Amino acid sequence: MPSLLLDALLLQAGYNAALVALGAALLGMAAGSGGTFLFLRKRALVSDAVAHATLPGVGIAFIVMVVFGGDGRNLPGLLLGSAVSASLGLLAVQWIASRTRLAEDAAIGAVLSVFFGFGIVLLTIIQTMSSGYQAGLESFLLGSTAGMLFQDAVVIALGGALAVAFVLLLRRPMTLVAFDAGFATASGINVRRMDLAMMGLVMAVTVIGLKLVGLILVVAMLIIPPVTARLWTERTDRVLLIAGAVGGFSGYLGAALSASAPNLPTGPIIVLVSFALFLLSLLFAPGRGVLAALVRHRRFQLRVHRRQGLLALAHGEAIFDPLTLTVLRRERLIRQDAVATEEGRALAAKTLRDEKRWALARQVYQDEAVSGSYDGLTPIESVLTRDEIAEIDRRLGPPAPVA
Amino acid sequence: MGVEFVQLSLTPLLIGILAAIACALPGNFLILRRQALIGDAISHVVLPGIVVAFLLTGVISTWPMLLGAAGAAVVAVVLIEAIRRVGRIEPGAAMGVVFTSLFAAGVLLLEQSDTSGVHLDVEHALYGNLESLIWFSAEGWGSLTDPAALAALPPELFRMAAAAVLIGLLTVVFWRPLKLSTFDEGFAGAVGIPTAALSLGLVITAAVAAVAAFDAVGSIIVIAMFICPPAAARLMTNRLEIQVLWSVAFATLSAVLGYVLAGYGPLWLGADNAVSAAGMIATVSGLILALACLFAPHRARIGAPRGA
Repeated sequence: MPSLLLDALLLQAGYNAALVALGAALLGMAAGSGGTFLFLRKRALVSDAVAHATLPGVGIAFIVMVVFGGDGRNLPGLLLGSAVSASLGLLAVQWIASRTRLAEDAAIGAVLSVFFGFGIVLLTIIQTMSSGYQAGLESFLLGSTAGMLFQDAVVIALGGALAVAFVLLLRRPMTLVAFDAGFATASGINVRRMDLAMMGLVMAVTVIGLKLVGLILVVAMLIIPPVTARLWTERTDRVLLIAGAVGGFSGYLGAALSASAPNLPTGPIIVLVSFALFLLSLLFAPGRGVLAALVRHRRFQLRVHRRQGLLALAHGEAIFDPLTLTVLRRERLIRQDAVATEEGRALAAKTLRDEKRWALARQVYQDEAVSGSYDGLTPIESVLTRDEIAEIDRRLGPPAPVA
Repeated sequence: MGVEFVQLSLTPLLIGILAAIACALPGNFLILRRQALIGDAISHVVLPGIVVAFLLTGVISTWPMLLGAAGAAVVAVVLIEAIRRVGRIEPGAAMGVVFTSLFAAGVLLLEQSDTSGVHLDVEHALYGNLESLIWFSAEGWGSLTDPAALAALPPELFRMAAAAVLIGLLTVVFWRPLKLSTFDEGFAGAVGIPTAALSLGLVITAAVAAVAAFDAVGSIIVIAMFICPPAAARLMTNRLEIQVLWSVAFATLSAVLGYVLAGYGPLWLGADNAVSAAGMIATVSGLILALACLFAPHRARIGAPRGA
């Protein structure tokens, strides 16, 4: 099994498998970076409606192609049909949200369930109308790479590459529109056209992804990578890059994993790989991650305990809190028997002095910039200049020694 | 409309109506609270819940599956909240991450485990098997008074009826607090209504409706009925009481019309096979919503010019 996986990873598991893995990587990159704009505009779930709305198009395209005597399973034909019905679905969402008082989420839910339901009706018609063509259109629900034809893989790889190029080309105006539509308009960007382009990109990714991951899960490729990337950085260009990388990596690894063993469906594996990356990011990302939050909290706790301990020393009070004792001992501010060391006494005196300085400063400087920054932990030196502190000291008189 | 109707169509029709109503009732509040997509999320995560329940017990039976599905729904809600808070991610995206991943996990589990001997697959989860819920031992309308025949009714009917009655009762009992907290959460909190608990309760009720309906009719109907009838009803009136009644009417109409069109429509057109009833019911509910969007008296936002 490991050697099979290695083969798949190194693109040695057969020509088609290699092409599928490359196509999945390209598609993942396009979906991740394209989904970023959707996510930044807070419209991530519109993609769910678009994805579900592809199904009737697939069904109708199949029926039309069979009626005209062609092969119903012709992938470009099916994709064309799905693109048409997806854009109808998108139009329906926008029409309902703008022309009636229903909110966008209701419009999304209505479109996705109704289009999907109608698609299922069409699938049952197809099942009965042409027993000779065991269509296998169900594979569009969850994706399937098992019996993929060579030209299908080419379509996916080419489509993915085109979508990536599209993102690269339009990344600047799209970023602008996502953050500040008003400013974008003022800078001469047609916001409506950009929104249209963004939706077109989402639709293209969805349609290309249909065969690979299926219409129920292709949404995940558009949503999970941007969310993952957002955890790592506060800058749009980096979100875009990271989302593309996460999407590409998930697509590649997922396709390779699924080629390495039986019963590992490509779509779900790709989604689960990107979900694993998301979970890792949620745990370990700096800033927004769980671990970073815990570390921040612990540091804050230690600082509070250190200060309270020093103030207690300055007032000559006994310290009972174990954490405070540990903190002070570790910095050698007190001895094992909790008596302050020379250093500890000096620092305690300084802390008490600062406390008094703060009290006076907050009376003297009524403005928010000074009095608002008092939280007991901010050193006064970071707020006031040396001269101002000297002036406060003059008013306070000489410092009192700590016993 | 004789023996054949009672045997083949009566129970699926009733189950369809009950499922539609059970989902439409909580849907009214979800729509007004802008949580319409909760129904979508729940109906996706039901799949992994059911698969896990099957793997643990090894049989397809009602209670473990209901528990598994409800458990999965709760896990999903908790995960969405956690991601939203910890990662500071907007709710829509957090929802998208959770339900797609859980659904993917469900599909993977299903593919990995040996379910060939039992009736459990993704297609079934999506569009149910409404048509197969027939009443074998019925011999006509008279069977409605025959205890032996009644005992042989498909158990899904009783389950669905229980869920619909429960949800109807809950809606009536919690009507005032629900209505208050839906329209003015701050005021509701100020007069002592536990809004957070109520909100969670609503989601759990929606999950119960989804899980109960899921087994019989599949998740398409569930999502469609959560949204389409209440959304159409919303465009008919400004009063919540009337809106709920409209939504029940629309849900019933969708179920009846959808079932009849799916079962008999193709025959009228000369084809000889029925189409998916679940899909048709969803389609009909969509048509009703489309008509409401075009012609309903209260379709426009207040203050928005007509036809702008």
